[in-house]
Amino acid sequence: MFKKDITTGAKSKVKSSAQRGIRAKVLEEYPRLEPYIEEIMPKKEQLDLVKLPDRVSVYTLGSTPLFFQHMDDELLPHLSLVHRYPSCFPRLRIDRGAIRFVLSGATLMVPGLTSLGGRLPNDPEDEEGRYGEEELDAGEVVVIEAEGKENACMVGVLKMGTAEMKKVKKGQAFEAGHYLGDGLWGLNLG
Amino acid sequence: MTEVASSAEGFPKKVTYCGVCSLPPEYCEFGGTVKKCEEWLKQHHPDMHEKLYSQETIEQNLSTLSLEAQKRAEKDSQKKAAKAASAEAKAQEQRANSKVLIKRVERNKRKYVTAVQGLEAFGLDIKKVAKDFGKKFATGSSVTKVPGGGEEITVQGDLSDDIYEYVVETYKDIPEDNVECIEDKKKKGGG
Ligand SMILES: [Zn+2]
Repeated sequence: MFKKDITTGAKSKVKSSAQRGIRAKVLEEYPRLEPYIEEIMPKKEQLDLVKLPDRVSVYTLGSTPLFFQHMDDELLPHLSLVHRYPSCFPRLRIDRGAIRFVLSGATLMVPGLTSLGGRLPNDPEDEEGRYGEEELDAGEVVVIEAEGKENACMVGVLKMGTAEMKKVKKGQAFEAGHYLGDGLWGLNLG
Repeated sequence: MTEVASSAEGFPKKVTYCGVCSLPPEYCEFGGTVKKCEEWLKQHHPDMHEKLYSQETIEQNLSTLSLEAQKRAEKDSQKKAAKAASAEAKAQEQRANSKVLIKRVERNKRKYVTAVQGLEAFGLDIKKVAKDFGKKFATGSSVTKVPGGGEEITVQGDLSDDIYEYVVETYKDIPEDNVECIEDKKKKGGG
């Protein structure tokens, strides 16, 4: 999605009615952000919308990117937001071998998640329950963490449900997403 | 805030990002600038450096990969490093050879505009800079196309010296020697 460096387009203020709508949408999509929503997008502060190529918009608070969106699709969190509130998003884990592929913008394949180092919901190896008990469906926004790493390296939309992944163990796991070091990560919003 | 169940950390979590490659330092190993990243971390966050670059961590990282995968990863990172090094060299050369020109242009008798060219070679977003000029000097400032291709910033008024000072002060990446003030000759007569 953001393989190339991006130049930002016009920046505009988000109307307060629209801002309320965004806040509601964020909470609907990510209910676990509820306790933090006021510090993430304070009611009294002005959100901005920055246009990017290919009909992608980023919502920012000052120079901090919060969420991005393709047309009117779901709002995806910017990775810097994920890093600040890691457990507020559904997440999965890839094995170490898959990291360098993800960081070069390659499509994440299912074996990276189903292998020994990967984690899906209900994983017997996942003793603290970090990756949850509920299977995730295709179309859901999911954060990708990595074996041996503390912080997430990607966020994207699942192409295959996790239950099916466990069965077939192959194929593409994600639609193109936002990963560490991509154009969206490197965006200069100052 | 009281701590909650298993995830004891209070949010927002504070994350350190690498001053070289901008990723969380645990991911520096996958980029092309590992050496520089490591130096930076050692200098700025010695505790983190100790953890991330310890012999133990390195061995642990390797042990999770098959031998074949290790070889591929090794080759991959060498390629990346070479690519990053040549990109950096190229960027540096480009910076060294690039000039920012601040030109005084006479529009009408005693009316001047100041044209600024070349800032984009130093990684600056000239639309943004144009806006900043406008604010700083309380005047009109916009990006205009140059006949030969490319764009320049046009600032209303004779502000060459002020802009020179501002550019040199504000953008430390631009060596002072690479900024030059010139006077545009009269348009008529073909220069
Ligand atoms: Zn780094």
